[in-house]
Amino acid sequence: MTDTTSTTQTKKPPTGLTRTIYDWGTSLKSPTPYLMTFGIFLWIGAYYLFVEGWELPRFNKLPGPVEVITEFLNPDPDWGMSLFTAEFYDHVFVSCRRILIAFAIATGVGVPLGLFMGWSKTFRDYSFPILETLRPIPILAWVPLAILMFSGLETPVIYLATLASLFVTTLNTLLGVDSIDEEYFRAANCLGSKPHHVFMHIVVPGALPFIFTGLQISIGVAWFSLVAAEMVSGEFGLGYLIVDAYMNITYVIMVIAMLTLGFVGWLSSALVRIAGNRLMQWRVRALALEGR
Amino acid sequence: MTSASSNRGAISIRNVTKIYDPEGVNVMAVDDCSLEIGAGEVCMIVGPSGCGKTTLLNAIAGFHSITEGEIYLDGEMLCGPDRPLANQGADRMVVFQHGALFPWKTLAENVAYGPIVQGAMSKAEAIDKAGTMLSEAGIGDMAKKYPGEVSSGMARRAEIVRALINDPRVLLLDEPYRAMDALTKSIMHESLLEVYDRTKVTIFFITHDLEEAIFLGDRVVVMTTRPAKTKKIVDVDIPRPRDYTTLSSNRFRELVQEAKDAVHEEAVKAFEAGERELA
Repeated sequence: MTDTTSTTQTKKPPTGLTRTIYDWGTSLKSPTPYLMTFGIFLWIGAYYLFVEGWELPRFNKLPGPVEVITEFLNPDPDWGMSLFTAEFYDHVFVSCRRILIAFAIATGVGVPLGLFMGWSKTFRDYSFPILETLRPIPILAWVPLAILMFSGLETPVIYLATLASLFVTTLNTLLGVDSIDEEYFRAANCLGSKPHHVFMHIVVPGALPFIFTGLQISIGVAWFSLVAAEMVSGEFGLGYLIVDAYMNITYVIMVIAMLTLGFVGWLSSALVRIAGNRLMQWRVRALALEGR
Repeated sequence: MTSASSNRGAISIRNVTKIYDPEGVNVMAVDDCSLEIGAGEVCMIVGPSGCGKTTLLNAIAGFHSITEGEIYLDGEMLCGPDRPLANQGADRMVVFQHGALFPWKTLAENVAYGPIVQGAMSKAEAIDKAGTMLSEAGIGDMAKKYPGEVSSGMARRAEIVRALINDPRVLLLDEPYRAMDALTKSIMHESLLEVYDRTKVTIFFITHDLEEAIFLGDRVVVMTTRPAKTKKIVDVDIPRPRDYTTLSSNRFRELVQEAKDAVHEEAVKAFEAGERELA
């Protein structure tokens, strides 16, 4: 691409709904959506054959896809839980609420913490060794301490999810600041920035790509820890539901809870990704030009 | 604000020495180097790779300290024995080798950044002025695009506009057109000459490209291999304004050859020194 002629772009790229429809159209012309659909059915088909079709050893104790889907969509469920029962939504709501609180606290604390650690050498020297020592401790090892520290059932569970998520967010944010090219700092100083300008205009936006990669991992880790915590010491929530169903030998409900976890987990990651893309238009547009 | 004032921007480099000390081994990058650059001069610095050209630029810009000597800008000491590291400031604007437009700001926001953080203009004024200046540079249509969306030539042009909006006394350019193809490069040269004819800003320009050096410069300073000293100064007596036809004139050819002879000798030395270090 040369820049000799003045490049007057008369046709603007579509935005909003037009853009969405255009993207959908393009995507339907590629093999991707068909392969994805085929892939899903392939897996469900295998699951069906193993469990309900051929009833292979080890698989024959599990609830099969037909049984699970029938129960899930049953307005009058045999085992007492489906898309039509309020109890199902209670569990989903409780887990989502916990994740929301934990993720909000972890992000609210972890992002500024990581930014300051990356920005100030002194602050990093104070805090990095502690972070690196606490970070590898598996979240389940924190369970007794959480129960000792916090009364009730709700707070320890949220605490554990927050903690796991916090470490991931902080570390990724810190790495994000480290990843910023030194020349941007030089350019900013050259242009007459004061330290707070550098922080707001270079450190924060420069670290954003890493922050959002971190947030996607962190929300996954939050779900992981939440379910583990709910299984150990919970009341309500999808993790609790899985253990409860296992204890009561209602295996269908167990699988329903697992599938629901998969779905809400995927949805929450997608929301984080959408938020990231909205905040980083500069990156989205540059990547789009590279065909990504 | 970018008036053609050639009475400012004089750089005086006096007996500057820079010793780096990585891994406990002293490396002398610059040795007792002196150079006077007049106000409004285009001074081209050429020399073998790793000879210490960028060290000089970093010292003027305030990125690195110097070990001995002094550097003055218009008679004021930038760095010297009492203050080895110069303060960074908008009077000396750097255009970087790999380009350092902030990728998260549009071209207009990038250009407007300096005046905004210096408190020289309100945000609206600065964006407005940025738009005008980008249009003058022929890239007004690109004002709302992000650096990742435009060609490297346009990005570099925007970066020079970002420097000029601050009305600097000196432009420091570190091989800004290195990675460009010959066609884009020649367009960039003409656009820089046009900027210079308009502003008469002092230019300190590092390059490896001798034709570029002769085409753009008032003087071409050939540096020795490390530690850097001035080996030869070629005075370019080709009148301004210059354009691409200059490139085919006999005088241009002669001057390129003169510079080439001086550089070649140093390049051979640098190459052999490099081999010895490896062996």
